[in-house]
Amino acid sequence: MILSIENLSFQYPSRSVLNGIKFAIQPGECLAVLGINGAGKSTLLKCINRILKPQKGAVYIEKTDSKKMARGELAKKIGYVSQANRPARQTVFDTIMLGRKPYIKWDVTDKDLEIVQKIIEMLDLQKYSLRYIDELSGGELQKVRIARALAQEPKVLLLDEPTSNLDLKNQLEVVRLIRKVVKKKKMAAVVTMHDLNLALRFADKFLFMKDGKIYAIGGMEVMTPKNIEHVYSVSVKVERYDHLPVVIPV
Amino acid sequence: MTRKRASEAVNDMKTKTEFPFHPVTAYKKFTKRKWYIIFLLLFLLLLLAVMALNAGSSHITLSEVVQAVFAKGDGFSQIVIWEIRLPRILAGIIVGIGLAVAGAVMQNNLRNPLASPSTLGISNAAAFGANVAIVLLGAGSIQSQAQDAVFINNPYMVAVSAFLSSMAATVVILLLARIRRFSPESIVLAGVALGSLFTAGTTLIQYFAEDVQVAAAIFWTFGDLGRVSWNEIIILAVVIGCSLIYFMFRRWDYNALDGGEETAKSLGVHVERVRLEGMVISSLITAVSVSFLGMIGFIGLIAPHIMRRLIGNDHRFLIPASSLMGAVILLFSDTVARTLISPVVLPVGAITSFFGAPLFLYLLIRGDKSR
Repeated sequence: MILSIENLSFQYPSRSVLNGIKFAIQPGECLAVLGINGAGKSTLLKCINRILKPQKGAVYIEKTDSKKMARGELAKKIGYVSQANRPARQTVFDTIMLGRKPYIKWDVTDKDLEIVQKIIEMLDLQKYSLRYIDELSGGELQKVRIARALAQEPKVLLLDEPTSNLDLKNQLEVVRLIRKVVKKKKMAAVVTMHDLNLALRFADKFLFMKDGKIYAIGGMEVMTPKNIEHVYSVSVKVERYDHLPVVIPV
Repeated sequence: MTRKRASEAVNDMKTKTEFPFHPVTAYKKFTKRKWYIIFLLLFLLLLLAVMALNAGSSHITLSEVVQAVFAKGDGFSQIVIWEIRLPRILAGIIVGIGLAVAGAVMQNNLRNPLASPSTLGISNAAAFGANVAIVLLGAGSIQSQAQDAVFINNPYMVAVSAFLSSMAATVVILLLARIRRFSPESIVLAGVALGSLFTAGTTLIQYFAEDVQVAAAIFWTFGDLGRVSWNEIIILAVVIGCSLIYFMFRRWDYNALDGGEETAKSLGVHVERVRLEGMVISSLITAVSVSFLGMIGFIGLIAPHIMRRLIGNDHRFLIPASSLMGAVILLFSDTVARTLISPVVLPVGAITSFFGAPLFLYLLIRGDKSR
């Protein structure tokens, strides 16, 4: 069990956002978190990472309670990529190097630079390395932000809508990249997304959220027309095309 | 159009020729250039300091200056150099460093390119506090008819009062930024409003003050490097030196903050604590500088912005480079103020605002491109 979440609840003063969330994932697994806007998907990721402090419940990373870890220690275990925001004026290399922040004492070491270099090569970003990230295309920028999270050498990746605002080619590239890295490094990924078909191609497990609660969690067996209809209030068919399941709204 | 194509072609060529390259080597080359700029600035500052030491209404030759610095000059040049010019130049360098670095940190902490001690009303607040001390608490009076007529009986009471007042302004700014989730533009607007409020308070105090106190207060408000003694220079050097070391320790946190609050948290930064400490220390610098030297506007805005353009937003380089730039600007402005219509010494605050206000307008017009 690389990440396990026990009875997590979070509320703002006026309303409750998460209620009794409980699930666990294994090394090498990709979990897609699905649900309508406002279902609590982003809040869930922020609570796992303690960007928001949940009022109840606990998050265990490799059996250690995250409450007992200092923020810097947690940053060595969990990499987080927020929803697309306005990029700062930093170079690609500098941005990825920030992923080494939890390890930096006074200055970056040669080892840090080496790790950054390896990630740049793995993601094929060499020719961008000294470009400014506010001049990159959406797809390139998203790769750089994921690269920064990977430079943390985390056990768990939390990605908030990494494929929104990307074109088809980049959507596929980004999810393939995440899947490849997660399998190779035996990490775990928790990824919120809106595109059910992309989720089907990418994830090992699916978590449907509704009104701050888990509506259903599991493998392919939870991707039923009934579940999807209840979560999204849209009737769909789940068909197979070329051995791949496809969700089609009807 | 054709020009753009040409530049794209050049870029393509660059990427083609450079392509099988080593990102770390390229990056090290990229950062080396930034160090060159910092060393160049240091050299420029030293050059300017020598020129400033040499410039002034009493004509002392360069060799006399050098002799005086090493305590081998005659009595007159010794006094001019050691008691007048040297403290003044050191004050310019130290306060230039302090105000510039305070601006750079405030811009980062509030994620707002327009933040600086003068634009957030913190300088005005410090001035208000100083006025309270001078007028209401009787810390200042006129000494004689000489040029340096204003005498502050109790400079430390003025400094403490200026500090408390600027901290109050900082707290309001921080609360607005945090609790009300003000946008960058609104924070600066709030700073302008706050500045006006403190200026109004200052005006009211001065209205009910005695002539002598008003003269002391107004004279105090003009930023002037000439009023510091060695004691105050030591205080300034300790406060600003320690702050600079603290800021350098935090440089990675500030870089992480540039990527956004949530990203910084996920990288292990204690965002609230780093911000609070950054703002408190920047205000401390502002308060101490303003209370010893009076209002010196816009250094905290101009210096970091010039350096952001020249070496980028990486705080490893931005903090030392902005500091040096701040020192260069203040020392240059002060030398201009001393020599422009010598022997009359213009208030240096007016000179820096002359450079700074147009830059502020330019930043507003250009919009928020740097982030």
